[in-house]
Amino acid sequence: MARRVTRKGLRRAKVKLIEGALFLSALFSVLVTAGIVAVLFFETAEFFKEVPILDFLTDSQWTPLFADKHFGILSLFAGTFLTTAIAMAVALPIGLISAIYLSEYASLGVRSTIKPALEVLAAVPTVVYGYFALLFVTPLLQRLIPDLSGFNSLSPGIVMGIMIIPIVSSLSEDAMHAIPMSLREGALALGATRFQVATRVVLPGALSGVAASFILGISRAVGETMVVAIAAGQQPRLTLNPLVPIETVTAYIVQVSLGDTPTGTIEFKTIFAAGMSLFVVTFVLNIFSYLLKRRFREVYE
Amino acid sequence: MNSAFNPAYNPASGPAFKIEGLNAFYGPKQALKNVGIGIPQKSVTALIGPSGCGKSTFIRCLNRMNDLIPVFRLEGKILFDDTDIYSKEVDVIDIRRRIGMVFQKPNPFPKSIYENIAYGLRIQGINKRDVLDGTVEESLRKAALWDEVSDRLKEPALSLSGGQQQRLCIARAIAVEPEVMLFDEPCSALDPTATAKIEDLILELKKDYTVVIVTHNMQQAARVSTQTGFFLLGELIEFNGTDRIFTNPANKVTEEYITGRFG
Repeated sequence: MARRVTRKGLRRAKVKLIEGALFLSALFSVLVTAGIVAVLFFETAEFFKEVPILDFLTDSQWTPLFADKHFGILSLFAGTFLTTAIAMAVALPIGLISAIYLSEYASLGVRSTIKPALEVLAAVPTVVYGYFALLFVTPLLQRLIPDLSGFNSLSPGIVMGIMIIPIVSSLSEDAMHAIPMSLREGALALGATRFQVATRVVLPGALSGVAASFILGISRAVGETMVVAIAAGQQPRLTLNPLVPIETVTAYIVQVSLGDTPTGTIEFKTIFAAGMSLFVVTFVLNIFSYLLKRRFREVYE
Repeated sequence: MNSAFNPAYNPASGPAFKIEGLNAFYGPKQALKNVGIGIPQKSVTALIGPSGCGKSTFIRCLNRMNDLIPVFRLEGKILFDDTDIYSKEVDVIDIRRRIGMVFQKPNPFPKSIYENIAYGLRIQGINKRDVLDGTVEESLRKAALWDEVSDRLKEPALSLSGGQQQRLCIARAIAVEPEVMLFDEPCSALDPTATAKIEDLILELKKDYTVVIVTHNMQQAARVSTQTGFFLLGELIEFNGTDRIFTNPANKVTEEYITGRFG
């Protein structure tokens, strides 16, 4: 009897131990995230002690590394906006069309081949995409557009779009797949074609899930670093011309982090201000996509 | 023709469907065995039988809904208006528009009440406001739902009760002016009051439409139908006047099922 009790006690202790270990690892990741945000916040506050926030938001130049210093973040965000817009112009239509194809048209065999193949795209390291943009896509585009400079936002934008297709297609396809079969049957029984079922029943029904995939795609494009650092150039410029060199927020952070900027200087602090701005943008986008996804769940589950 | 088929039964109206030697398969599994039957126009035909007997498979053959299942295969003929609906020249879209269907669970689209009814017209390219308005009202009236929803047509269809949703689905099917209405256990998800309303509606519909209803509920078959077919293990065991089936069936197996000895 006594032995059985000890065994039971041992088992209980084991369970407690495992539970505790799991809790600690969860806690660890939360604490690390909180720490990162805290550092960002602290350093950004330091930065704004020296640079007025109005200058930061309205100045049209970004030249913290030069003698005549300007801190207009808009020049960097113009680059981010440009590459993101080009990427989404590629990723949205292609991603959505392949999602519709996979969910509504593809046979089971095709689906089970193409879907994993698309998802492999997501496993290619982004630095490979960067060199692909610089050394393959840019020269190719230069044959069509002679004015295109060696560094530009068009080529990395397109390549980033290709990179983001699996995010859009995979999440959109999940949302469409979750539309009950009975709705499709209802429409077909009224004499709808498969295309009408896809565009007028499935797509509207899955809209919030599809929109969430778009936003996640955008947030991925905004945060993408390697491709633009390699192929877009390092010239902050307040422009919407896709043919000239630009610099995105992320590429700037790489530039300063890799350079010999001394810690504690204003040049150094700029990367925290830039990082904070980026964080706010992607954070808002992710919350948006989360809310959309939740709304989607409420309707169908 | 099936040996159990009752050649003596002579319906009052000519057939809307003539089905000959129908075999249906899901992969290697045979779901229907040599079914032959004539379904009369403008009257209600009920199909009864225990679960898995093939009655749902059968009704879904009539508007080619089984086409959606990749492993499904069919042999034999289904003549509708003297055309085999499975022949190559036939446009399946046209067939489904002419042969409407109401399903087991109400399946309104996540749109407004109005747009649910208008859907069938919109996919035909009809978008004129007055035409849509007229059809929406007429269909809802025919489905005995107009009085309950006329003041909230813009509200989501999913806000209706289950019984109302099912009548909405009937109205949606009526809106495209089909010749046949197929009901696949339309009341299995509804309470008795809602069921009674649907049954009244079905009796009303037979004036204008050929109605085929699959049901689990034998009382329901007795209440609404003029003739009844009894399926068992993929075979049509008996097809006869509903009165005859329920009072004096020709086949002993039918009698055993009707009296509740199995199923």
